[in-house]
Order: sequence, then structure tokens, then C-alpha cells
Amino acid sequence: MHSFWYRLNGLLTFSVTILAIMCAIASLSDNLNTPSPSAEIQVMNINWFQKQPQGNDEVSLTMNISADLQSLFTWNTKQLFIFVAAEYETPKNSLNQVSLWDAIIPAKEHAKFWIHTSNKYRFVDQGNYLRGKEFNLTLHWHVMPKTGKMFADKIVLTGYSFPEEYR
Amino acid sequence: MDWQGQKLAEQIMQIMLLVSAVISFVAGYVLGSFQMMMIIYAGGVTLTALITVPNWPFFNRHPLNWLDPIEAEKHPKPQVAGSSKKKGSKK
Repeated sequence: MHSFWYRLNGLLTFSVTILAIMCAIASLSDNLNTPSPSAEIQVMNINWFQKQPQGNDEVSLTMNISADLQSLFTWNTKQLFIFVAAEYETPKNSLNQVSLWDAIIPAKEHAKFWIHTSNKYRFVDQGNYLRGKEFNLTLHWHVMPKTGKMFADKIVLTGYSFPEEYR
Repeated sequence: MDWQGQKLAEQIMQIMLLVSAVISFVAGYVLGSFQMMMIIYAGGVTLTALITVPNWPFFNRHPLNWLDPIEAEKHPKPQVAGSSKKKGSKK
């Protein structure tokens, strides 16, 4: 500590180390949060339901997605990444998950929303097993922190099914 | 800076940085604002730097007593065996 530069170096290293510890504690504080999210998805319409030339089923649907994800935000949350996936079982695959729509929620005020949209990404099966099939729609969210650990969870909504015939 | 001053500077630096960290974390958590935590902490670090890094006079209250040059000449440095005795050069 016997010169200006020694002291400056010591101060900078110590302050950055302390900052790292503060960020770790901030991330741990996220565990104190007990979120209570809710969501609802209505399939308003099956726009069309066809078999592609290659033999795979494809469907286009319009959904009404409403959710209240405000309780997921903490002081250490940068943004929320959410997506809706359809899950179903076929003889070929025991679990299929197809991502239909996603969004980024940058602030708590935007976390209570509803949106009327068709699927953002194409819903194509590996095969032609969709006719009359029952499926779940799950809303997944990733709580992306400003610093530290990311939390991910989901809500599963059941009771949806495809039409018996192509249209 | 003298030895006592260096010790004082290091102690002040460590304590002030820790206190800044605690105050900024608590303030940020209570206000629910990560940005406030960073701003208060940066302020604390700057304040600590201004107090402990420059060579302020209050760090030099126990100055070292360097030997007077005239005094040093009266006591020449010990000679290596074999060489003749020489007087130290005048500065």
C-alpha cells in the first residue's frame, strides 16, 4: 500500500470481488420469490388441416392466449421468455413437442396480457397421425435474470383435440 | 505515506467498501431496483477511492526519521576486504 497505483489496484480488485459476491447473493434472493402464475389458452379456430405432399400432417390454428405472469418478476429479472408448445403422443414418437408461439416480456407491466394470434411457427407432424388426436398445450416460461440462475417452469393445459377429418 | 498511514488507508478502504456493498444491496432489495444497487455501490467505490488512494496529509502523521546526510557521512559504509578505504562521494 505504499504507492498510489498499489492502492488503486487493491481498491479496484477488492471492489470487483465484492460486486461478484453481491450478484451471487442477489441471485440467491430469487429463491425467496413464490410465484403464482396463471394462464388460459383457447383454440378459437382450426384454420386448415392438410396432409403435405411428403406425407406429413400440417395444421394451422388460431389461439387466444391470456396469462398473468406478473408474480414471476423479481428485482433481479431482466425479461421473461415464454412459449406455447403442443404436446401429444403418436405411434411413432412417445412424446412430440411442437413450439407454436413465443414472446419476450421485458417488464412486469407487460406480464398480464392476452393475445389473439395464429401459430407463429408451423405445426407439422412427423407422420400423419393427427386426425382425431388429443393434445395438450403447455405455456413454458424462462425467467431470465439480470445476474445468476435462470428459472424455468410451465403450465400444462389439457383437453384439446384435432378434427377427425382433413379440412 | 508512512507505515501507520498505509495501514490506516487499507483498513479504511476495506471497511468502506464492505459498508458500501451492504448499504447498496439493502437499498436495491428494498426498492426492488437492481439499478439503484449498482448506482449506490459505484458511488461508494468512488468515495472510497477519493479518501484512501491519494496521498493525503493525514496519512503522514507518523513520518519516518530518515538520517541526515551530514550524519551519514560521518559513518561510512563498511568496506569489502582487500580494497583501500575510500570516503563516500559528496552530493
